[in-house]
Amino acid sequence: MLKQIEGSQAMAQAIALCRPEVICAYPITPQTHIVEGVGALVKAGELQDCEFINVESEFAALSVAIGASAAGARAYTATASQGLLFMAEAVYNAAGLGLPIVMTLGNRAIGAPINIWNDHSDAMAMRDAGWIQLFAETNQEAVDLHILAFRLAEELSMPVMVCVDGFILTHAVERVDIPDQAQVDSFLPPYDPVQVLDPDHPASIGAMVGPEAFTEVRFLAHYKQQQALRLIPAFSGELAKIFGRACGGLLRPYRTEDAETIVVAMGSVCGTIKDVVDEMRDEGVGIGVVSLVSYRPFPVEELRRILAPAKNVVVVEKSIAVGVGGPLADNIDGALRNLDGRPRLHSAIAGLGGRPITRASLRRLFRMAVENPWQGAHFLDLNEQAVGREIHRVRKIRRSGSTAENILRQLAAANPLPPG
Amino acid sequence: MTQAKTLQPDEARQKLKFYQKGTFTVGNRLVSEDERSVQASEDRSNALTSGHRACQGCGEALGARYAIDAAMRATDSDLIAVNATGCLEVFTTPYPETSWQLPWLHSLFGNAAAVATGVAAAMRVKKKKTRVIAQGGDGGTTDIGFQCLSGMFERNDDVLYICYDNEGYMNTGVQRSSATPPAARTATTPAVGPAPGNVFGTGKFLPKIAVAHNIPYVATATVADLHDLERKVLKAMSIHGARYIQINVPCPLGWGAASCDTIKLARLAVESGLYPIFEAEHGRVTSARKIRKQVPVRDYLKLQKRFAHLFRDGVDDPRVARLQAICDAHIAEYGLLGDEDEA
Repeated sequence: MLKQIEGSQAMAQAIALCRPEVICAYPITPQTHIVEGVGALVKAGELQDCEFINVESEFAALSVAIGASAAGARAYTATASQGLLFMAEAVYNAAGLGLPIVMTLGNRAIGAPINIWNDHSDAMAMRDAGWIQLFAETNQEAVDLHILAFRLAEELSMPVMVCVDGFILTHAVERVDIPDQAQVDSFLPPYDPVQVLDPDHPASIGAMVGPEAFTEVRFLAHYKQQQALRLIPAFSGELAKIFGRACGGLLRPYRTEDAETIVVAMGSVCGTIKDVVDEMRDEGVGIGVVSLVSYRPFPVEELRRILAPAKNVVVVEKSIAVGVGGPLADNIDGALRNLDGRPRLHSAIAGLGGRPITRASLRRLFRMAVENPWQGAHFLDLNEQAVGREIHRVRKIRRSGSTAENILRQLAAANPLPPG
Repeated sequence: MTQAKTLQPDEARQKLKFYQKGTFTVGNRLVSEDERSVQASEDRSNALTSGHRACQGCGEALGARYAIDAAMRATDSDLIAVNATGCLEVFTTPYPETSWQLPWLHSLFGNAAAVATGVAAAMRVKKKKTRVIAQGGDGGTTDIGFQCLSGMFERNDDVLYICYDNEGYMNTGVQRSSATPPAARTATTPAVGPAPGNVFGTGKFLPKIAVAHNIPYVATATVADLHDLERKVLKAMSIHGARYIQINVPCPLGWGAASCDTIKLARLAVESGLYPIFEAEHGRVTSARKIRKQVPVRDYLKLQKRFAHLFRDGVDDPRVARLQAICDAHIAEYGLLGDEDEA
């Protein structure tokens, strides 16, 4: 059913349609509206046979989900930013135990300095934890990916994180087609665990494994994720048939045919990039974009196939691996490894801590990649003057104080409040 | 996942065979049926079976076997256990072997209470009567697991949490925890310098904090009184909601004590007043185990190398008197002296 609805509410309804049995909630901006939404559905009795548990921390939220999942219940939780980091130990544990928990991540920057706005630092911090990580471009996709996530998680017995841009998606009201219960039921069978805590068949789960077997256990986790590269398109196809529209997939190329320059990005920014691609195509520039849905597992073969013919690949990403550069760019670089006549890679860091990524800036960036390519990571719309002053200040003064505060002081001095 | 079913059920349970008929040797068989221990029954579940890697004289292994078997009896073996990281977890489950004859889950060091909440929620939503216990050592309970434990208490989740208190991080090599007594030597409170051992005025007695949560049932117990321990577990399992039992379990390795002195030390900890044994319901202390004859704390301390620095050169360190004062304060606070009948 088509609805004009806030992203978080749409996701809450989609999650409820998946019939979760245990939901653990701890509030953190910008995830709050999602758990409030499912909580209200449980409280009102619209979502039945579901325990909604208000816990005391994110670490407990995922731990409760671990217990529920190991005991055979379909478990769901949601978090963002600092919350994901606070549950980090349990994030790895859930993956290691092979528990098919689904978690929404309302992507948000990580402090310090504290910042509630959107970027992908949180997802990147947990990219190697063993979870499948899917990025939604729109709220429609966020809805579809949650339904896909439960099926995928339970098929592989592996947790899935659905990443949705904080505020940009979670708080945006837009048109979303919410499926009905029969449609979701026809896609998602009841949870049939591969291992379960059962007094009739007592098993010990989560014991110690030494060097004699640890490598094999890790290899099989990697192998299992590789299976998702086959399952994600297969399940997306099933969903597309049921819903009568395109859903999910590993990635989505847009106007990449005969493109000299291909942009790669994840999440909501792909919408803006598509607009820029359209504009530049109208001007005769051969440019396209790949919207990457599945970051983990990383679809190396598909990316190689699509990117190989291009001259330039521009990676626009909302995270910075401090001391190295862009983590997505690194992964794309790895995907292009040993490719004859491989395209030149251009890495751009954009939208950190919620900074808007404008069409004008993207146009400049894509032109620059062709006409005046840079080395290393380019920080889109970096205030070079402010950065330069601060570097100079720190060199001169030992007790130079907080970087964040100094930058803000500079901005205030450059843009004083009007008198009166 | 290790299936316990590789053994025949009776083999794994090691069903008791009583060879010495007519003696007291196997668990009070000369007392009336209703006063016999769970362990004295041929039908004990033996949920923590033999072959594990605990040290000789391990108080935790003993306490866990009695506690879990009592919980198994109370639930007709419809029970799931969640275990925090620690000695109990490590010595019972060197994959592919396991000593546990009940469904058992280990997740992390600090989350056993929350994981148990999740298991209990799953049972509730699936309309099963299966009960849930969580267990851990004092480190996993009073320190790293404290937040999850307090959350479980506060929500009054239907979980019995059992803490095996051996007063330190024994699994990692005997470091101080917030349950380590004052003056005790550990690897991180070494017996060197002008004030050797753990400092006074620190630490926490978690049972009191549990009582402050107003949960339905809190008890302390000791491996020196296994009947009392079983009774408390049975009682706890007759109640729904958040419950907490803390069992004093001497650690021969960590305490520097003889393996044969485990029960003796546990008894002296109680009879000196250092470890008060009591029950509380809904925020109020309802009973305390009386001490027949108070023993000086010195007698308890002298048996342990972790307190040896208090008795150097044949002279008692002044801190022995401070520990005695703690014992006396416990006795006054809980009314530990007097006849059993007064309890």
